[in-house]
Amino acid sequence: MNKTDYDLIVIGGGPAGLAAAIGAYDAGEKNILILERDTRLGGILNQCIHNGFGLHTFQEELTGPEYAQRFADLVLERGIECRLDTMVVSVGTDAEGIKEVAAVNETDGLLRLRTRALILAMGCRERSRGALNIPGFRPAGIFSAGTAQRLVNIEGYLPGRRVVILGSGDIGLIMARRMTLEGAKVLVCAELMPYSGGLKRNIVQCLDDFGIPLRLSHTVVRIEGKERVEGVVLAKVGSDRKPIPGTEEHYECDTLLLSVGLLPENELTVGLGAEMSRVTGGPVVNESLETSVPGVFAAGNVLHVHDLVDYVSEEAKLAGESAAAYVRECREAEQAGTEKSRDRIPVGFSGGIRYTVPSSVDPGRVRHWIKFRFRVGEVMTNRRVVLSIDGESVLSRKRRVMAPGEMEELVLTKKVLDAHPDMKSLEIRIEEDN
Amino acid sequence: MNTVNLTCIGCPLGCQIEVMMGDDNEILLITGNTCPRGESYARKEVTAPTRIVTSSVRVYGSRTGERMVSLKTASDIPKDRIMDVIRDLRGVAVPCPVRIGDVLFKDVAGTGVDMIATKNVD
Repeated sequence: MNKTDYDLIVIGGGPAGLAAAIGAYDAGEKNILILERDTRLGGILNQCIHNGFGLHTFQEELTGPEYAQRFADLVLERGIECRLDTMVVSVGTDAEGIKEVAAVNETDGLLRLRTRALILAMGCRERSRGALNIPGFRPAGIFSAGTAQRLVNIEGYLPGRRVVILGSGDIGLIMARRMTLEGAKVLVCAELMPYSGGLKRNIVQCLDDFGIPLRLSHTVVRIEGKERVEGVVLAKVGSDRKPIPGTEEHYECDTLLLSVGLLPENELTVGLGAEMSRVTGGPVVNESLETSVPGVFAAGNVLHVHDLVDYVSEEAKLAGESAAAYVRECREAEQAGTEKSRDRIPVGFSGGIRYTVPSSVDPGRVRHWIKFRFRVGEVMTNRRVVLSIDGESVLSRKRRVMAPGEMEELVLTKKVLDAHPDMKSLEIRIEEDN
Repeated sequence: MNTVNLTCIGCPLGCQIEVMMGDDNEILLITGNTCPRGESYARKEVTAPTRIVTSSVRVYGSRTGERMVSLKTASDIPKDRIMDVIRDLRGVAVPCPVRIGDVLFKDVAGTGVDMIATKNVD
């Protein structure tokens, strides 16, 4: 008979899930289960064979599979239980606040598991063609960049010979280089916005290095071909992002790759009834990365899409530690018969910030510091990020440049929080820096 | 004399750097950068640009049914040798098991650099 009761279940064995499980284990909770739907741990990193991962975490440049293996080894060393090839189909809570997880796999069939704390680490998926409204037939040869990445790096197939890429997200840029190296001709990378959504490093090393043009403020207006893609038509877009008639250009190609954004994968979270953010597509969380459902935490791309895996690992470690603290509190509450009170001060923002994670703070639960992560809506130069408590500026950081493609961070120390014991409001805003 | 245009990768600013080169390929002037990091990046890019090359090749005999193993150059190689390295890897297959760090090809394309595995395949 399989074990069914845990203190912590982590859904997802990618970078977020692995770091979260390690964080919880090292914080003293050992009764942990990781559920992973793929046949190996590591998630999307397994197909990200390029290097550049781990500069912050390990002070060296690793490839995706190497970075994943480092964390998988840490999980295995600790003897943390993992079930692979296991897909979670629903999560819920019972009247006592115990979380119920239903999962399926080929050997056990339907598994019904119970846990005190739950960490959501399901990651994200790619926005598909259906979300873009490009007219035309539905020929073969249209792939999301991540699908092409899997085909080339894991399955060993080259999905096309003459390629146009729509969207300049990092996966699209990485695939421009990868397909070129494997013998395909990448004609152009078109980006709807007037700036790239990818990291500068990737523009230079994946496009410039191979002479692949990046056409900003351009989009695909037509896909030609009935059975297989035979060509696409690009057009320039105006400031309203609508195609400008007369600017159409035809490209003969057999493949169109889409790198047009990532969407947190939150069907389970919604099913659980957690409050969601319309901006990030992920759940709303507090300083402990706890969702609106007590004892359910979230980290990584399921929470908000990150640019760097190092930040995912760091965020997930905090979720793991918070989940361990929650389990401890549950035990203490059962013995004492009283629950520790919760405070919830919303994090306000203005001046071009699109969202913050976390979006509320309980000052009593901040251990050493709190790291706010946020994104801006447009490219801005010479600004200041200012954090104020009850209207008083307590933190101000200069930023020469901020871009939508690069996640921002602001660290507030416990010392500053402690100097405002009865705080009522907290706000982060962006100001001009003169 | 000629000029080389670069995009700095040091930070999100992405400064457009212009490097003026003399007839003996010596650097005459670096402009457009807004910090010292930009200058050293430009200096390296115009004199001796290097890259780590990553790819994947076929495996045979995998117990878990894997088809490919990923690999990388053990250190960076001159940028203009990237395609030579890739050509050298065409059509090859390696036997399983493979561990991260195993040398799969020695002295790839005569660069003096080995290709090492970046994934465990049983």
